[in-house]
Amino acid sequence: MSKTIEEINRKIREGKAVVFTAEEIIGVVREKGLERAAAEVDVVTTGTFGPMCSSGAYFNIGHSKPRIKLGGGRVYLNDVPAYGGFAAADVMIGANALPDDDPRNRVHPGEFNYGGGHVIEELVAGRDVKLVAQAYGTDCYPRKKLETWINIKDLNEAVLFNMRNSYQNYNVAVNLSDKAIYTYMGTLKPNMGNITYCSAGQLSPLLNDPLYKTIGIGTRIFLGGGTGYVAWPGTQFNPGVPRTESGVPKRGAGTLAVIGDLKQMNPRYLMGASMLGYGVTLSVGIGVPIPILNEEILKFTTVTDDDIFAAVIDYSSVYPEVKPDIVAEVSYGQLRSGKVVINGREIPTGSLSSYPRAREIASTLKEWITAGKFELSQAVEALPDPDSGVKFKLLNERPINGDRL
Amino acid sequence: MTITTKKIALRFPRHLVDRPVVYHLIKEYNLELNILKASISSEEGHMVLELRGERADFDKGIDYLTRTGLIIDTLCREVTRNEDRCTDCGACVTVCPASSFTVDPHTREVVFDEEKCIVCGLCILSCPSRSMELHF
Repeated sequence: MSKTIEEINRKIREGKAVVFTAEEIIGVVREKGLERAAAEVDVVTTGTFGPMCSSGAYFNIGHSKPRIKLGGGRVYLNDVPAYGGFAAADVMIGANALPDDDPRNRVHPGEFNYGGGHVIEELVAGRDVKLVAQAYGTDCYPRKKLETWINIKDLNEAVLFNMRNSYQNYNVAVNLSDKAIYTYMGTLKPNMGNITYCSAGQLSPLLNDPLYKTIGIGTRIFLGGGTGYVAWPGTQFNPGVPRTESGVPKRGAGTLAVIGDLKQMNPRYLMGASMLGYGVTLSVGIGVPIPILNEEILKFTTVTDDDIFAAVIDYSSVYPEVKPDIVAEVSYGQLRSGKVVINGREIPTGSLSSYPRAREIASTLKEWITAGKFELSQAVEALPDPDSGVKFKLLNERPINGDRL
Repeated sequence: MTITTKKIALRFPRHLVDRPVVYHLIKEYNLELNILKASISSEEGHMVLELRGERADFDKGIDYLTRTGLIIDTLCREVTRNEDRCTDCGACVTVCPASSFTVDPHTREVVFDEEKCIVCGLCILSCPSRSMELHF
């Protein structure tokens, strides 16, 4: 038996939609069987919350009197450099941006206590943010200097844009060297003293729709506590990786580029983050509804942590040097047990993404749908599937000055 | 008879770094102790101790330390968690040498046991949302 998104939306409007989270659906299908559950269930909600570096926000500050042309000038928000190269009054800030006077890693490992991610969090929290800009002055935009407080409620538009997040599976990190290292996968103790991972696993959006049958461009999603959309395939989209028999990728594969109204968002799901020795970033909460159009789609959503495998990578040498070796392959079920056994040794595990918050996001999205507040959208274009030939490429470096570096 | 357990941080000025202070705490004041952290630089020594003993002995021991000239500068220093900023991610779990953080198998929330904390501070900068704080 199959359904259409329009039929599901009708049920949502009537308050009759049957919705489960990606965690709950596992038990439901176990109990009722695939066929009966597919007929009864309309939507499965997913969620994820973790540091997602490629985030940014853009907004229009309105025109000052006299006018100033930010494009071509310099713009700072709470002393963090922002990008103003878009005409007069639009500003974009990236989550990884740092104040010019941040010591960075001069004394390693740097603390990175404040940056673009924190500016975005403060804006979303409704706090005033200091904008300082210099420009060159034109006949139509004569002003050269602007110093003002801005607040999200006064901005014409405030938009979160993220070019790559919601990674479909990800590396699991260890450190095989004999000294501690500080990475975007957290602090890694020497001699494989710990393991870190970063995925909501069985709750994660793209792991519940591994072949991109429903999630595509135009899919309406939960983003940072508000409503957003999948805007495009995320960058570094790499669908052709090894997969399990049920299609679940065993390496980082698909990603999503997402967009949404920052004014609707909530700092609980959009929080500045500091990675010791690495930099600043933004923790983002994303939830994606999966319409249960048929049994096949339902089956994908019953994936459990025990069915999801990821590669353990050495971040002291293999990752930075881009070597192909992996230390082991482990399941999320093992990772979540608190320790994994590699070469006969028990290694304690720690996560960088929050499972409780991913669960909260999937449950919130479920409530929105059940209450008739959130309807599903039909994707207008599919994401590239494993047969699309889309592939992640390394940089083809071509020396500019002959062979000299 | 009341048994007290307390953590104290001691600073040894340069002229006291060679004194067997800890020996006297055990021998003269019947205190059970656990050295949680000890370091020495060219200027001073630093030690975090967990002391356990009878209230009266404990007070006498502290009195002895003060008389000796040691600086008990951070007797009430503790690491706390700002619950508003903690996202229950788990980045702290494997960083803590005292296993103060555990993951609840059902809720998957990160539980912080302040009793186990040895005030080393490793969790503070390892926490992406900076939810762990040092208080004096």
